[in-house]
Amino acid sequence: MAKQFMKGTEAIAEAAVRGGCRFFAGYPITPQNEIPEYMSRRLPEVGGVFVQGESEVSSVSMLFGAAAVGTRCMTSSSSPGMSLKSEGVSALAAGQLPAVIVNVSRGGPGVGSIQAAQMDYFQVTRAMGHGGHRLIVYAPSTVQEAVDLTYKAFEKADEYQAPMLVCPDGSIGAMMEAVELPPFRDAERKRLTTYASQCINPDKLIISTFHYTAEHSEGFNRLLEEMYEGWKQNEVMVEEYETEDAEVVVCAYGIVGRVAKDAVKQLRAEGIKAGLIRPITLFPFCTKSFEKLDYGKLKGILVAELSIPAQMIEDVELATKGRVPLESLTHSGGRFIITEEVYDRLKAMALGNTKEVK
Amino acid sequence: MELLYTRPKTLIKPGSYYCPGCLHALAGKLIAEVIQEMGVQDDTLLIASVGCGGMFKRILDVDCASATHGRAAAAATGACRCAPEKLVFTYQGDGDLAAIGLAETLNAANRGENFVAILINNSTYGMTGGQMAPTTMIGQASTTTPGGRQAEREGYPMHMCEIIDQLTAPRFIARYSLDKPAEIRKAKAGIRHAFDIQRAHKGYSFVELMSNCPTNWGLSPLQSLEFMREKTLKEFPLGVFRDLEKEETL
Repeated sequence: MAKQFMKGTEAIAEAAVRGGCRFFAGYPITPQNEIPEYMSRRLPEVGGVFVQGESEVSSVSMLFGAAAVGTRCMTSSSSPGMSLKSEGVSALAAGQLPAVIVNVSRGGPGVGSIQAAQMDYFQVTRAMGHGGHRLIVYAPSTVQEAVDLTYKAFEKADEYQAPMLVCPDGSIGAMMEAVELPPFRDAERKRLTTYASQCINPDKLIISTFHYTAEHSEGFNRLLEEMYEGWKQNEVMVEEYETEDAEVVVCAYGIVGRVAKDAVKQLRAEGIKAGLIRPITLFPFCTKSFEKLDYGKLKGILVAELSIPAQMIEDVELATKGRVPLESLTHSGGRFIITEEVYDRLKAMALGNTKEVK
Repeated sequence: MELLYTRPKTLIKPGSYYCPGCLHALAGKLIAEVIQEMGVQDDTLLIASVGCGGMFKRILDVDCASATHGRAAAAATGACRCAPEKLVFTYQGDGDLAAIGLAETLNAANRGENFVAILINNSTYGMTGGQMAPTTMIGQASTTTPGGRQAEREGYPMHMCEIIDQLTAPRFIARYSLDKPAEIRKAKAGIRHAFDIQRAHKGYSFVELMSNCPTNWGLSPLQSLEFMREKTLKEFPLGVFRDLEKEETL
């Protein structure tokens, strides 16, 4: 299929339509407004429904009803809006409802800044709302990957009957690149089956985020636990580049992962054994990628992220268990991590004069 | 012998989980009867809520999506837009609908969404133990207004039918009481009328049912009915505020 030149946000929206999305509700917030705008004209063309919600809270709650009747659905927002949506995302998880949430992330905390950032890592990888629920969190580094992961998110939402999160930073949403769009999937509504039905009324479909007995409540939470453990085994996505013999490794995701790869290529060209681990799913995290590193040779890992304070570094600490020194490279608020910075830090780490550079 | 009355099949046995004398259970029976009479049990989607209203999914034998605090109108929006073949209705208490869910309620009404919103107004938060609701009477004691609600401090009771009547889109807006048989019959007819409007895809209806809360009012069931007649029904006048169906046929 021929490639098209598309903006990240619009490419995500088109990928959703092709993935079978037939209901979208959203509320304006920068830098993701092109997604609801695109959906408002695109969904009616395919028999779908667009609703501009009166709030983030309401928009995500509309998904609760749309998903309950078996319609593939999506909402999108950006960081401050995700805090508002978190109540509804917890409800989708508890209600066993498939849905896709897109967070075109910007700076924080609070209203933060409207520029691209990666400051929602803790929020999206732990439990976005209350109650310890998890999401598979897809972090694309190109517009093509944003398309592919959005499409995949709808498949996984159906497979697990759970909400999924696509989390490009604002730069991926704003940039234009050539993309190949996936084929149209069927968009038939399907009838769900739920744990709550078994507990409350097996003859009917019951979507409930509340359980009336301790046994049912614990039983449901065990079900979620089992699903999340399964994700850790089966749903991890990662790009490992030149890591087999690496003496220095950079770990970065999204746009920063793309920047870091260029630095690794330059260092390799100079004979320095650098490598890249780029998590594609932020949860489940690519812990096994760190098990495969040769800690006899490894001098250090640089964790680069558009967040101050650093957040992903905590997952790298858990994965490396103190076996290697970690360093952090961070910017936020619209400042970017550039190739030269990653290059300089990795080179200094390889040559053993880290402190001078820092 | 002719069978004059029987339990509707749309009501789950053993039935009510509500406190003795609570009119939620009566509201449930009326709705169950209407669903059975319309023959739409398998096409009905109840959007339940939290608190006492949330227990509706344990008494009505229909599909149910039980929304979180205040979000029923938004969930109903998503459901009725995607499944126009279903009878979609919400069932919420006054705190749920008029306080935490006010934005969802008014905006869904303003869009003229094709579902029926049922408000059960008992002037209190029942399940959580009797706190002040937007509908609590001036002077009425609650666990968060122990000396009685004061207008200067907590404002006045909110009249949802009258507020929604300011919007252009709604088709049918009415307030009924469940305190005596004649009013109960009117309430059932009103619910049926609203459900018929929904099935005809004509848009949004709002039905408010005046109810009681013997447990949190600290009154016996009979005393609670007296309280309704002396207090709440004087604050919240009964009647049909708008019926565009009727106007069209005139």
